[in-house]
Order: sequence, then structure tokens, then C-alpha cells
Amino acid sequence: MSATAPAETAASTMGSHDVITMSGVNKWYGDFHVLKDINLAVKSGERIVVCGPSGSGKSTLIRCINRLEEHQEGAINVDGIELTDNIKNIDAVRAEVGMVFQHFNLFPHLSVLDNCTLAPIWVKKQPKAEAEATAMKYLERVRIAEQAPKYPGQLSGGQQQRVAIARALCMTPKIMLFDEPTSALDPEMVKEVLDTMVDLAKEGMTMLCVTHEMGFAKAVADRVIFMDQGEIVEQNEPNAFFDNPQNPRTQEFLNQIL
Amino acid sequence: MADITNTGADFVPTQARPAPASVRPGPMTWLKENLFNTWYNTLFTLGGIYLLVQTIPGLIDWFFASALWEAAPADACKEIAGACWAFVYEKWRFILFGTYPFEQQWRPGTAVVLFIGMVVISCMKPFWNKSLLVIWPVGLAVTWILLSGGLFGLDHVPNNLWGGLPITLMLAVIGAIVAFPVSIALALGRRSNMPIIKAFCVGYIELIRGVPLITVLFMASVMFPLFMPEGITIDKLLRAQVAIIMFMAAYLAEVVRGGLQAIPKGQYEAADAMGLSYWQAMVFIILPQALKITIPPQVNTFIGMFKDTSLVLIVGIFDLMFTMRVAINDLEWRAYYLEGMVFVAILYFIFCYSMSKYSQWLEGELHRGHKRL
Ligand SMILES: Nc1ncnc2c1ncn2[C@@H]1O[C@H](COP(=O)(O)OP(=O)(O)O)[C@@H](O)[C@H]1O
Ligand SMILES: [Mg+2]
Repeated sequence: MSATAPAETAASTMGSHDVITMSGVNKWYGDFHVLKDINLAVKSGERIVVCGPSGSGKSTLIRCINRLEEHQEGAINVDGIELTDNIKNIDAVRAEVGMVFQHFNLFPHLSVLDNCTLAPIWVKKQPKAEAEATAMKYLERVRIAEQAPKYPGQLSGGQQQRVAIARALCMTPKIMLFDEPTSALDPEMVKEVLDTMVDLAKEGMTMLCVTHEMGFAKAVADRVIFMDQGEIVEQNEPNAFFDNPQNPRTQEFLNQIL
Repeated sequence: MADITNTGADFVPTQARPAPASVRPGPMTWLKENLFNTWYNTLFTLGGIYLLVQTIPGLIDWFFASALWEAAPADACKEIAGACWAFVYEKWRFILFGTYPFEQQWRPGTAVVLFIGMVVISCMKPFWNKSLLVIWPVGLAVTWILLSGGLFGLDHVPNNLWGGLPITLMLAVIGAIVAFPVSIALALGRRSNMPIIKAFCVGYIELIRGVPLITVLFMASVMFPLFMPEGITIDKLLRAQVAIIMFMAAYLAEVVRGGLQAIPKGQYEAADAMGLSYWQAMVFIILPQALKITIPPQVNTFIGMFKDTSLVLIVGIFDLMFTMRVAINDLEWRAYYLEGMVFVAILYFIFCYSMSKYSQWLEGELHRGHKRL
């Protein structure tokens, strides 16, 4: 499956209820207003690509969804759970939301397999054998099962990122967040990671993905969101978004990256 | 590729290339490039050789050739130009075991061997498991019974008679074992979000690091009893041990904190994102990495503390250094303090050098496999 294949019919896997709702979300770093009145609803099974210039708040936006960052105003609801200071709620949300980072953030002192089983064993209290079976299943799915006993430092960037995806999947999340998963990779490794993500999208995973890979966006996204200076400036389904951007800021951005 | 199979000609391999010339330079090249490459390096090299020639033969002569290597009365040393090792023959039992009753000194001797054995075992990979949880309590209990007696028909020897090597080893090793977890708690506390815990840890570390060990020892042994309720006395040796633990913990805490700071933020974030609790993240992810990268400074701190235990003499505890100084106070042997110093220095060196070598090995061992080699 190539990242540039035509889009699946979005409606086929998309549910009707919202799994993520952000309403009137504002966030500041000191005086700096990083998220400005964000309103966003994500349906179950929906695939969203977030793009925008560097520093526009894309990472901050998706990191608010699993509370790696806290917002100061507005409400964020994930799968019926309101994100507040309540630790129980935060833990409940994190159990439902998997995240893949730009720099993989694998644990270098643990083998690939241990990276994948740590959270299932200690957070979900799965028996070790079961967690390992699940881990092998997902490592198989990202086509890297033969590397299970190795350490992350012995793998290429693309392999590491696929392990990171498998590690997140081992928690059987309902939602996956990706923060520029391919931008730290050498060009020849981008495709293997994107292919893995396309597979995941086809299985109906709810995905929010910060990326500038337009081929990927066209292939799998139901909606592309453009952010600039902390605001959602424009959003549309991918073909209309890329071929016919409405806002001048979007046009300028697309001119730069295409 | 297709051409090769279609020509029908026999395959004639080309001659293998010769092995690459050794990249290691010969000794002459090495000398030229490293010791005589500029006029001033040549000067330093020649100056260095001159100094070595001047000193080394004399030292060797003093240490070996002209030295008195057998037990002899002090007078015999007067005719000797070299080292008077007769002094060590005469005094080694006192230097090693202090005022411990002479005919009972097999007990501290056995205790030292046992104790070193436990440390060595703990350093070996096959024992890095639950067996250590049995070995140490049992080993410490046996050590204690050997030294203190009063059980199994052993005469009781009060600990104000103990001295020398067992004291030095015990203060340092038990100090390190107890201080290590305390230091981790202090380092984590110092980075805590909870203001009271953080303030306590910062205050403790800065206070202890801000004063000399002598002060802490002195406070523990002189001032501490003043604050204790009437009638309760805490053993002098225990007080010194507590002071050393407190001191070591503060220093190690800063070492551990450095390690914690070196762990990339992404590691914490990945742990958070997977829903690991603070303690799970610390125990499984952050601390294993932080402790591993801080092995060299930890061992460094420990080596420093090992030697600093000699300061316990100011509260009247006879460690290895102090027993040696008492030994040379013997009027007859007064002239041979240098021999005593060298003897004790060799003992310290053996321990410290082993620790240093061990830390190098450990670092490599823990690194294996984690990194691309
Ligand atoms: N911890 C922080 N403290 C202060 N400013 C921050 C912090 N994290 C991010 N920022 C700022 O917030 C803005 C948005 O950051 P980010 O969400 O990472 O942007 P993007 O992912 O779109 O490149 C940037 O200007 C960045 O400098
Ligand atoms: Mg970003």
C-alpha cells in the first residue's frame, strides 16, 4: 500500500459520535497565547491531518488531548471523559490515547519487546505472557517482529518509529496521535512509516496526525486542518483543501511547502 | 550478471587484494610523532627522562634493595639505608585491627574477609538477583557477631576497642549502601513539584554540602546527644556512621540529580503518554538510565568518602589511618613513619583502584547492546 493511493471512502469507517471535542480551548505560556479559542470535534474513526507553519501550535494542540500540556480555558472531552486536574481522568484518557513522537522516544535501555510490554504489564496489569503475545502481534503488523530482542539503538530511524507505533498500539488505544512522525527520518525511511500509518487508518483507527506529508493527507485524511499563530484558520476535506484553499494564509503556506 | 554465465569461459578469480598495511605505527614512528614532534616536546621528553632516572632507581633501592624485609628489632633498622619493613612486621596487626584484643584478632580478620567477599559477590553479575537480599542481612549479622561477640561462646568485645581496617570498610560500605537510596529520594525530592518536599531536600543538600565532614561528625557525636532525652545514649560508632551516611547522601544526591537532568524530556513524555504513574516512570524508565550514566561520578564520590572516613578520628574512632598514627607513636619506631604511611597508602590504593576499575567494567557491561557499537 502506497501513501499516495486514493483515499478510502471516509464514511465507511467513521462513526457518528464525537470521540474528541475541544470547545473554546485557550492556552498560554506565560504571556504567550499559544492556542486561541480552539473548537474541534473528531468523530470516531475519523482521520485528521494537522498542518501549519512551525510554531503555530500544532504540537501543543494534540498534546492537550492527552494532557501532556494543560489548557487554561475551555473544555476538552475525550471519549466521554473531561480533562481536568483530576488524575483519574487523565489516566483514563491516556489509557485510550496512544501517541507517536517526532523523535520516537523509545526507551533505550529496554529491548524492543520490553518497550512494547512495559505499559500493558504495569498500567493495564496484563500477565507478562499475554502482553508479550500482544506485542509480537503488533510488531508483526508493523513488520518488525524479527527485531523484538534488539535494543532501539540498534535499529534504523524508520524501524524505531515503527516500534514506537507498535508500542502505542499495544495499549489498544481508541485514538492515535502522531506529532510529525516522519520529520526526523531520512527520506528513504519516510515511506515505511507512512505505509504503516496508512494500514492503521484502513483499520478504522481514529487518528490525529501533525504532518506535512501531503501524499499521506490525500490518501487517508478525512479532514485537513490548517493552523497558524495558535488558531485553526481553515479546515476542509483534503482535495478541496489542497486544490482550492480559501484563506490567504493557507494559500501562502501551501505555496511554500508544495 | 548475465554476461558471466553466457560467455562459457571458465571463471578465473582475480587475485585478492593484499591485506591493508597495519594502521598501527611502529614504535619509532610513535615516539617521533608523540614525544619528539616539536623542539619543546623533545625538551619536555628529555627533562622527564632525566627526572625519572634521578628518582626511580633511588625509590626502588629504598623500597626493595636496601630495605630490611624481615622481622627485626627497631635497632636493626638503624644500620639500614632503605625502608624498614620490620616496622610493618611489628605493627601490622595493630594497624589493621587497632586495640582489638590481640589473641582475638582472628575475629576482625575473618569479618574483613567476609565483608570484602560480600562486596565482591555483589559486584558480580550472576548475583544480581534476590540472593543479595539474603546474603547481605546474613553476612552483616555474622560480621557483627564476629566483631562484637557475646554469642556462641565468643567473648564480648565492646566497640570502643574496635579499630583499623574493619572500621574503615564498614563505615564506607555500609555508608554507601544506606546513602544510595537516600540520595535517590533526595534527588527526586529536589525535583518534586511539592514545595515542602522540595524545600526540605534543597535545604538538606545545601546545608550538608556547605559544611565540612568534620563538622557533621562533630555535631553527630557531640551535639546530637545533647538533644536526646535523658538516659538515652546512642552508640558512638553508630553516630559516626549516621553522620557519614548523611554526608554521603547529600553528595550522591547531586550526582543522581545530574543524571536525572541528562535524561531527555521525551522519555518522561513517552512514559506519561502511556499512562505510567510517576513512580512507574521513575523506577522503570528514568532511574535506570540516570543511574547508569552517573556510575563514574558515583564511584568517584564513593572513593572520596572512603578516604574521608579517616576523619572519624576526631570523634575518637580508630580507623585505619588513625591506628597507623598510633603505631608510629611508639617511641622505638618513631623514625619509621614513612614506612607506615606507605603501608597504609598501599592498602587504600588497592581498595580505591579496584573500585575505579570495577566502575569502568560496570559501565561497559551496562552499555553492551544498548548502543550501536
Ligand atoms: N514549554 C513551552 N514554554 C514556552 N513556550 C513554548 C513551550 N512549548 C512551546 N512553546 C511555544 O509555543 C509555540 C507553539 O509551539 P508548538 O505547539 O510546538 O508549535 P508547532 O508544533 O506548531 O511547531 C511556539 O512558539 C513555541 O515556541
Ligand atoms: Mg511541533
